[in-house]
Amino acid sequence: MSSKTLYDKLWDAHLVRQDDNGTALIYIDRHLIHEVTSPQAFEGLRLAGRKPWRTDSILAVPDHNVPTTDRASGITDPVSRLQVETLDQNCADLGITEFLMNDPRQGIVHVIGPEQGATLPGMTVVCGDSHTSTHGAFGALAFGIGTSDVEHVLATQCLILKKSGNLEIRVDGQLAAGVSAKDVVLAIIGKIGTAGGTGQAIEFTGSTLREMSLEGRMTVCNMAIEAGARAGMVAVDDTTINYLSGRPWAPQGEHWERAVESWQDLHSDPDAAFDRTVTLDASRLQPQVTWGTSPEMVAPVDGVVPDPDKETDSVKREGMQHALAYMDLKPGTAITDIQPDHVFIGSCTNARIEDLRAAATAIRGRKVAANIKQALVVPGSGLVKAQAEAEGLDKLFTDAGFEWREPGCSMCLAMNADRLAPGDRCASTSNRNFEGRQGPGGRTHLVSPAMAAAAAVTGHFSDVRLERDR
Amino acid sequence: MKKFDKHHGVVVPLDRHNVDTDAIIPKQFLKSIKRSGFGPNLFDEWRYLDHGEPGMDHSSREKNMEFVLNHPRYEDGTILLGRHNFGCGSSREHAVWALMDHGFRVVVAPSFADIFFNNCFKNGLLPIVLDEEVIDHLFAEVNDHHGYRLRLDLPAQEIHLPDGEVIHFDIDPFRKDCYIRGLDDIGLTLEHAADIRNFEEKRRQSAPWLFDNLH
Repeated sequence: MSSKTLYDKLWDAHLVRQDDNGTALIYIDRHLIHEVTSPQAFEGLRLAGRKPWRTDSILAVPDHNVPTTDRASGITDPVSRLQVETLDQNCADLGITEFLMNDPRQGIVHVIGPEQGATLPGMTVVCGDSHTSTHGAFGALAFGIGTSDVEHVLATQCLILKKSGNLEIRVDGQLAAGVSAKDVVLAIIGKIGTAGGTGQAIEFTGSTLREMSLEGRMTVCNMAIEAGARAGMVAVDDTTINYLSGRPWAPQGEHWERAVESWQDLHSDPDAAFDRTVTLDASRLQPQVTWGTSPEMVAPVDGVVPDPDKETDSVKREGMQHALAYMDLKPGTAITDIQPDHVFIGSCTNARIEDLRAAATAIRGRKVAANIKQALVVPGSGLVKAQAEAEGLDKLFTDAGFEWREPGCSMCLAMNADRLAPGDRCASTSNRNFEGRQGPGGRTHLVSPAMAAAAAVTGHFSDVRLERDR
Repeated sequence: MKKFDKHHGVVVPLDRHNVDTDAIIPKQFLKSIKRSGFGPNLFDEWRYLDHGEPGMDHSSREKNMEFVLNHPRYEDGTILLGRHNFGCGSSREHAVWALMDHGFRVVVAPSFADIFFNNCFKNGLLPIVLDEEVIDHLFAEVNDHHGYRLRLDLPAQEIHLPDGEVIHFDIDPFRKDCYIRGLDDIGLTLEHAADIRNFEEKRRQSAPWLFDNLH
């Protein structure tokens, strides 16, 4: 038998049929659904007189549109409310399990799936959301799909796919205290670019990933899509199994024993061939801060905003000039001289308990700086929120001057009321710094939770490693 | 899906790398539960000088005349000429719906982001990948000639330039066949329902925990 990568194994295990024309029919084990990309799929299904193939494979939750304040009075924006009600109605009509907005387990779809044990190693996991790559942290093949494919999975439990290439990103070395999974993935995107993984399935390997918690691995896989790859993944090890043990929907009893045994093979064979391997030395990695309007526009915290005049590629140069104009930044400005006026700690990238702990540690009893107009903490789920409150983190945040909110996607994409005003500058733990992403005219700097918290209390980007030593 | 074999249309140049789907259709318009009506909000933040929200009368908003879609010479454009990594970011299929609702039938670029590329094929928008030098040449031609049009022949996989030059393009044979015959993916897949059921049954035996009910 020839050696296989983890991606090869996951692909082969879900192959229903291979067509001569290069396309394959791939079986989908878990389908996650939210309110924004599903209504047209349910409608298409209805119009065609079709029923869902397997409702027990589906978990639904409203997350993009939900308010993060005052939920008792429901959703005030009528357009958002209709979208959430449409999801509720579709799930009720078809017998699909849904965590309603006021369910204590509600949260961001990519936080609650793993939290409930609905995401398991060896699965194919899809969702009408590009950050579905998050679930690859469990040794699963997980990727985002469009609404037509949401309908396709509802109707057939399969997708028509072409196999991607195998890209290995090997990260070795011990991270310095204060340097996190977010910094690792931002550095990777800075290195290979936002199209560096196009057409590839990325497997993240190396000692840094092996030492990383499952939460950290989810952060890394979450942003595989920002490197252009639909899927990112990490091999199964004891960290994976320990994370899942006892989760509500993880297998129990004899099923658990059998599952754990079958998961032992979910790694690339030692001599498996990747189409390409990229390496990164994590031991020398600094905290990262984006300065532009694409996640690849990133610099270490002790760096400066780069000079477009030094870029030889004319289209890239224009892109940089455009980004700096939008961001209102001058070449040569020290990253630590940039002063945000908003801080957002949240999103499917960085709103898990470990992220909130890291942010709380970086505050260390200090107050939000005077120039910060708003500092938000939006936990990834109701259970993360409850855990944080049990640890007293909410009090640390609110004492410092942060707002402590209800779970949802919130200011990562600003579909609800949480958004930047034109010209606002935000230190954000989210995943995209595109123009207008956090609100029209808003300026986003992507950072880790600890770096966002440090920026909140110092009023400018600060090296959290030095802050720790103070 | 509507059949697609030939197309002749005006080319609109969008000279930017990494055009993301947030730019193509901003998030406030994703609250719709329909597939249609996104055209007036295509590239909303670049196209208008004010901030757009669903339900506004978009025809009375002030346009950004610097933006290419607002130039009178590109008014009837149906072929979008783009740059590297077109359609990156969010998986929102609304980006494809917005492009089509505006009237685009074809997008030509040196590279596309994977999810956007795939979403195009679900809706009848034809994404064509051409070499960077060819794209550079097309940008120069569009800028030099008012009303610059291309003629597309999908069965022959050819693009005919006004000066008589013919460019060959590659396309996945499965996708090409679906376009020419107007085939629907779901219908095609359901022809293999027995294979899916057999696969599912084997999987249920080998990994029964994957079939435990969520409750």
